[in-house]
Amino acid sequence: MAGTFFATFPPGDAAYMQAYDEMQQRDGSPRRHYAQYHDWLGRQPPSRIAQKRAEADALFHRVGITFAVQGEELGAERLIPFDVVPRALPNEEWRRLERGVSQRVRALNAFLHDVYHGQRILAAGVVPAEPVLCNAQYRPEMQGVEVPGGTYAHVAGVDLVRDAEGEFRVLEDNLRVPSGVSYMLENRKMMMRLFPELFASHRIAPIDHYPELLLDGLRSVAPTGVADPTVVLLTAGAHNSAYFEHAFLAQQMGIELVEGQDLFVRDDLVYMRTTRGPRRVDVIYRRIDDDYLDPLVFRPESMLGVAGLMTAYRAGRVTIANAIGTGIADDKSIYPYVPEMIRFYLGEEPVIANVPTWILRREEDRAYALAHLPELVVKEVHGAGGYGMLIGPTASRAQIEEFRARIAAHPERYIAQPTLALSTCPTFVDEGLAPRHIDLRPFVLCGRDVNVVPGGLTRVALGRGSLVVNSSQGGGTKDTWVLES
Amino acid sequence: MLSRTADHLYWMSRYVERAEGLARMIDAHHRMSLLPHAPASLRASLQSSLAALDLENLYHAHHERIEARLVFEFLIVGQGWGGSLIDCLRSARENARAIRGTLTSELWETLNSTWLEARTIAARGQIGAETGQFVEWVKERSHLTRGVTIGTMLRDEAFHFSRIGTFIERADNSARFLVARRDDLQPGADAGRVPDPFEWSVLLRALSAFEVYRRRYREVITPLRVAELLILCDDMPRSLLRCTREVYRNLRAVANDQSSETERRAGGLHSTLHFTRLESLIERGLARFLEEFLAELYALGERVAVDFLLPPIEV
Repeated sequence: MAGTFFATFPPGDAAYMQAYDEMQQRDGSPRRHYAQYHDWLGRQPPSRIAQKRAEADALFHRVGITFAVQGEELGAERLIPFDVVPRALPNEEWRRLERGVSQRVRALNAFLHDVYHGQRILAAGVVPAEPVLCNAQYRPEMQGVEVPGGTYAHVAGVDLVRDAEGEFRVLEDNLRVPSGVSYMLENRKMMMRLFPELFASHRIAPIDHYPELLLDGLRSVAPTGVADPTVVLLTAGAHNSAYFEHAFLAQQMGIELVEGQDLFVRDDLVYMRTTRGPRRVDVIYRRIDDDYLDPLVFRPESMLGVAGLMTAYRAGRVTIANAIGTGIADDKSIYPYVPEMIRFYLGEEPVIANVPTWILRREEDRAYALAHLPELVVKEVHGAGGYGMLIGPTASRAQIEEFRARIAAHPERYIAQPTLALSTCPTFVDEGLAPRHIDLRPFVLCGRDVNVVPGGLTRVALGRGSLVVNSSQGGGTKDTWVLES
Repeated sequence: MLSRTADHLYWMSRYVERAEGLARMIDAHHRMSLLPHAPASLRASLQSSLAALDLENLYHAHHERIEARLVFEFLIVGQGWGGSLIDCLRSARENARAIRGTLTSELWETLNSTWLEARTIAARGQIGAETGQFVEWVKERSHLTRGVTIGTMLRDEAFHFSRIGTFIERADNSARFLVARRDDLQPGADAGRVPDPFEWSVLLRALSAFEVYRRRYREVITPLRVAELLILCDDMPRSLLRCTREVYRNLRAVANDQSSETERRAGGLHSTLHFTRLESLIERGLARFLEEFLAELYALGERVAVDFLLPPIEV
């Protein structure tokens, strides 16, 4: 028997003809590392899968694994759709990715230290000075500030995609407050609960030590002289879109989940208000943006931050993770230079390549891009979350013309990339099993050492043909397996 | 523990208890509405209950006439005043959500699913027809929440702050229940107008106190005996004596450098009840005693907030 689900798969959907499928080869046979799962899935009665999917939904709701949606009614919460078909990677492939993302984050940390100290790389002309120093993400307040271990990005999420040839590439770096790790952990718990038999039959690398590694890393960057540091997680509060993750991580690490109003600064020391009086805080794992951290230095109207925090930070009395000012290294206008940074600081060749990028500030790049807009993806350099983006092949003529005008007016605000046929993974949608585009966000932890738990968060674009995996725009997630053979 | 965490724990428990108190009050009147009763006496009872909850003006801002169905709807799903039963369940859940990491997952999931289900029920718009079932369900969820709290939470500060909230709110509810019946509690009331015995047995049932009363007094139900049960009976979990004892005990467990005066006031409130008899309270006037008790309880709540929950900023 061909298998219940695979009888009609791959359906030869034109939208996915170009893409590399993670599970199946062109002839429909499974790739080697997926063979056992493929066989198992083919034997499952559809009613069982349907029942398991409903069970997952009910559990996620009950546990309250939701995210708040911006722009909707206050307090609106949604589930991030979870797909029961896992994304699997063979161990050898993962080892290479792990090397690649660690290398990249080491170089980005070196770049941040350099930018806020001697600016060697600008002097050498490897990265142009203008997009760095005239960037809102560059924080002059950080110039000359020493941070423990010289580490700026303690937690980094590196977004990887696989192109039509099956080659992984870095799509972007997230060095400010990358989120999604709680979904990585909860998806694994859910899969183990729904399909324990799969974990008995496969050797899947565990990931549940992430909170421990994170806490360990945060403790290792405490201000010097603090023997037993107190670490807290700073959140914007229950209405923040990633609040579930904040509460989850604080609980898993056994640290306090604090809001700005819980902290105060006295004599350059940070304290939290407790039922037994003030208590010293040494490391703040913050999950709010730079702009809101200290109303005395950044946005004065911010109610989320702590007045005086920047002074305590500059005095070296508290560690903020990630450091202030990391946004300069993950800005899209800096992204094209990361491979050069790796060569410059580490003397190594990049393990994972960038996506080819046209920098529209450059005249010849701009000429090419303007002539090829319908084929390209154009991104605003300061945009995030899949907003402020043109996807040429699916855009209307009016949208393309609008971007043409915007590029002409401010070319320095845009970069362009070829439209990638992101790889696909079979996913359950209303019509049954169908290919959908996915990406991968491994989480890189930098403290005393650099650590990456195997896999990461796989996001899936659920709309047919869609390339946008962001949860705010209809993306879902999958469990990610690194298969030890 | 973070002061804000303690604050959320305290209010989470208060809202759970308040929802239960409202459910019991509605339950009592719902049961009364099933008695072969003069509608006028049901209306009078609803009127005095709204007054005891300080809700008379708010109610009349929405409805002119006192009518059981309208009052039930107002108290359960009424919009625009923020204190309905549904609002209490939401507030309990929102407070829990703000500190979900401090709660056991069982407790968080109980509060979360209570709210999700309540929202679904409210959205059906059938509260008028389902009042009895609904308040019964609220009580069950409250029992479940309490059971999960006691059965799963570590006996640390978090537990104590949650219990302080529970018992302050419960004492408040019990006192207001009696305030609503103040006319029956006047000195000599027993001799004069004969209160409706069916009405009082319905009230006792709504407070889960009917069997308790029978066991304890083995005589007909009289308002003053009910008052004694709800004020001075130490074994009765909803009595003022019992509640103030718990408030005092839990406050002592979380005492800090500045809380001694609060502890003293809580102890004072408890010992006043402990060393008195119903006769002395009647002599002073039960209604007056209840008003003073509510005022002192309110002041105690304020003190708890200042000492533990919102400590002044000292920079």
